[in-house]
Amino acid sequence: MSWYLSLPLIIPFIAAITAFLLRHSALGRWVSIIGSGLGLLASLALMSVVLDAGVLAGQMGNWPAPFGITLVADLLSAVMVLITAITGFAVAIYALGDITERQEKLGYHALFQMLLAGVTGAFLTGDLFNLYVWFEVMLIASFGLLILNGGKEQIDGGVKYVALNLISTILFLTGIGLLYGMTGTLNFADLALKVEDVENQGLLTVVAMMFMVAFGVKAAVFPLFFWLPAAYHTPSFAVSAIFAGLLTKVGVYALIRMFTMVFDHDVSFTHTILLWVACFTMVIGVLGAAAQSDFRKILSFHIISQIGYMILGLALMTPLALVGAVFYLVHHIIVKANLFLIAGVAHKLTGSTEVYKIGGLYKSAPFLAILFLIPAFSLAGFPPLSGFWAKYIIVKATLDIQMWFVAFIALAVGLMTIYSMTKIWAEAFWKPHPDGIEPELKTLQNKTALLLPIAGLAIMTVIIGLNPEPFVQFAERTAAQLLDPSAYITAVLGDAS
Amino acid sequence: MNSVILIAGARLQAVLLLVFSAYMLLRGHNAPGGGFIGGLIAATGFVVYAIACGTQDARKALRFDPGSIAGAGLGIALFAGVMAVFWGDAFFTGQWLFIGATEDSKGLPLSSVLIFDIGVYLVVLGAVLSITFSLEEAV
Amino acid sequence: MEQLLSLLIGVLVAASVYLMLARNLLRFLFGLILLSNAANLTIFVAGRLTPGAPSIVPDGVDAPIDVVANALPQALVLTAIVIGFGLFAFALILAFRAYQSLGTLNTDEMRVAEPKEQ
Repeated sequence: MSWYLSLPLIIPFIAAITAFLLRHSALGRWVSIIGSGLGLLASLALMSVVLDAGVLAGQMGNWPAPFGITLVADLLSAVMVLITAITGFAVAIYALGDITERQEKLGYHALFQMLLAGVTGAFLTGDLFNLYVWFEVMLIASFGLLILNGGKEQIDGGVKYVALNLISTILFLTGIGLLYGMTGTLNFADLALKVEDVENQGLLTVVAMMFMVAFGVKAAVFPLFFWLPAAYHTPSFAVSAIFAGLLTKVGVYALIRMFTMVFDHDVSFTHTILLWVACFTMVIGVLGAAAQSDFRKILSFHIISQIGYMILGLALMTPLALVGAVFYLVHHIIVKANLFLIAGVAHKLTGSTEVYKIGGLYKSAPFLAILFLIPAFSLAGFPPLSGFWAKYIIVKATLDIQMWFVAFIALAVGLMTIYSMTKIWAEAFWKPHPDGIEPELKTLQNKTALLLPIAGLAIMTVIIGLNPEPFVQFAERTAAQLLDPSAYITAVLGDAS
Repeated sequence: MNSVILIAGARLQAVLLLVFSAYMLLRGHNAPGGGFIGGLIAATGFVVYAIACGTQDARKALRFDPGSIAGAGLGIALFAGVMAVFWGDAFFTGQWLFIGATEDSKGLPLSSVLIFDIGVYLVVLGAVLSITFSLEEAV
Repeated sequence: MEQLLSLLIGVLVAASVYLMLARNLLRFLFGLILLSNAANLTIFVAGRLTPGAPSIVPDGVDAPIDVVANALPQALVLTAIVIGFGLFAFALILAFRAYQSLGTLNTDEMRVAEPKEQ
């Protein structure tokens, strides 16, 4: 059974190695696509097994938990692995039209697959130190992708990205050390049982705050988000799409995992801080976006604002709020990666991402305009798209516990999101191009490779939007598992516990 | 650097370090040693050689691109983990083969752990060398 | 011994914060290296210091005979050192490239990817 858990990890590793050894030939890109496709199949298989079993745990090397490395997939992990594979597959196809031959020679495909392996590993691991290792795999791959064949801009953004992420990494490591000193274990399931026996619960809260800061940097929450808008608009579009879709979400996942399973001893303190963080993140993100005029920078600030909604779901800690957080997580990855992919096509057609310098896309490329409208409206929360249901659940969760002010902020931020999306729409799509260019989709090189993933992700957004019932039911099951981790603990440690 | 003593000494030293690295690699698992430390020692050998004779000669002596060595090493290490599937065990379960084992002696123990260590050896050798060579050439 | 090492960790963190507040990117990196060493020491101390032998099981028995040191924090620290080594090697190369292409190590002047000031 444990091979269901290891395959989604092994496949991207094999693809990375093969793509690296073949980096000087054109075969590398096909290795990347085939690898992503196989990874998608493996995650589908994992998903179907987890749907039946509830929680699937496997001990690597047959060393029993909590001594060895455990891979665990509960519903949250399984859905995150699946969505990672879907986004990875889409971006791997998109890379055919976006990545230059020089970047391929420098090992783009290998780094990309390493990144997928790191993200998948972070979602699947059941051990805190192993999570650290996967974070590093992900981080090193992302460093490489960020500055691959980079000019001044990429290196400038890269310095800020590297600096802040390294600090967060070290904080994470220190937190691991202190938590190990207090409990003597690093296995999530074992930790969930042992934290109750810690004598000094106040000290545990201190360590919890350390993890909150460390994961907060990764998730780009207020006031730790500065690296994100400094770096995400610089690399090639395929890279920024996969970053935007997945990297911050690993931080959110880690926060959800730790603050539902391990650090639930002092919810009134830790989750109140999370609530404030969430509100500030939503507001600052959307205000930052309103001040920007670069396609990708607007989207980068919107990542931050949307992260706020997910943290809000975690902070409220009610079943409905967690349903919202999970639903939001899934919806957001698809939509955000798609918007960055569209920014790439707009750049190729008009030659810039500065919205005031481009225009006329609606007239010359109406198909692209429609593909943009779907994720953009979904992001802003228009019914009946996926973002509407995500926002609806979160706002309803706040109203259920009479947090009127928080509900007001969530709704107001939604309105501001519409403003930014309208700005992109009006400047880039509606108004004529300032230089009078009317670029048509026909002139685009590799247009199938560029448009196919965009269309696929847009269709997924529409499907989730029109038929939200099974997805909400799934999110409900996931939230129930998060609030009551006993199934998780039994699956990892066996019935003896 | 252009020093006859250094060049002559470096050649000898590089050879000794490489032999020592193989010894460290093989004594691992049951005694201090193993792939990581072995790889570092082997890398030191090539670095000494590169300082004495220049990176071009060192690259030539290495024969393969250090990046590809690291990639191949990762592949070997991964293969050692995947091997467990043939025995129906979980990922990364160690598989042992005792050649000539008798009642009171284990004979010659060969294991997938050793294959993993060889992979690690190559990864460390390749990674360290590609970093040092590229820094050395850039400065 | 624990108190002494804890004090050392404190001194390391203080020094690293001082270094990281500098505008020079290289000083920032040195600060990070000190901070990561402090983190490694934290794990080491958190695993309890035991004056024991290395945790190696002698030939012919199934468990160590005498008191041995806790092997797990050592393994964690070793892993963390290796990963840290890789990250800092990368960060150093990045700083070098940044100096080559931007012509400065002063972080205040690294504004190529930022919007132009009005």
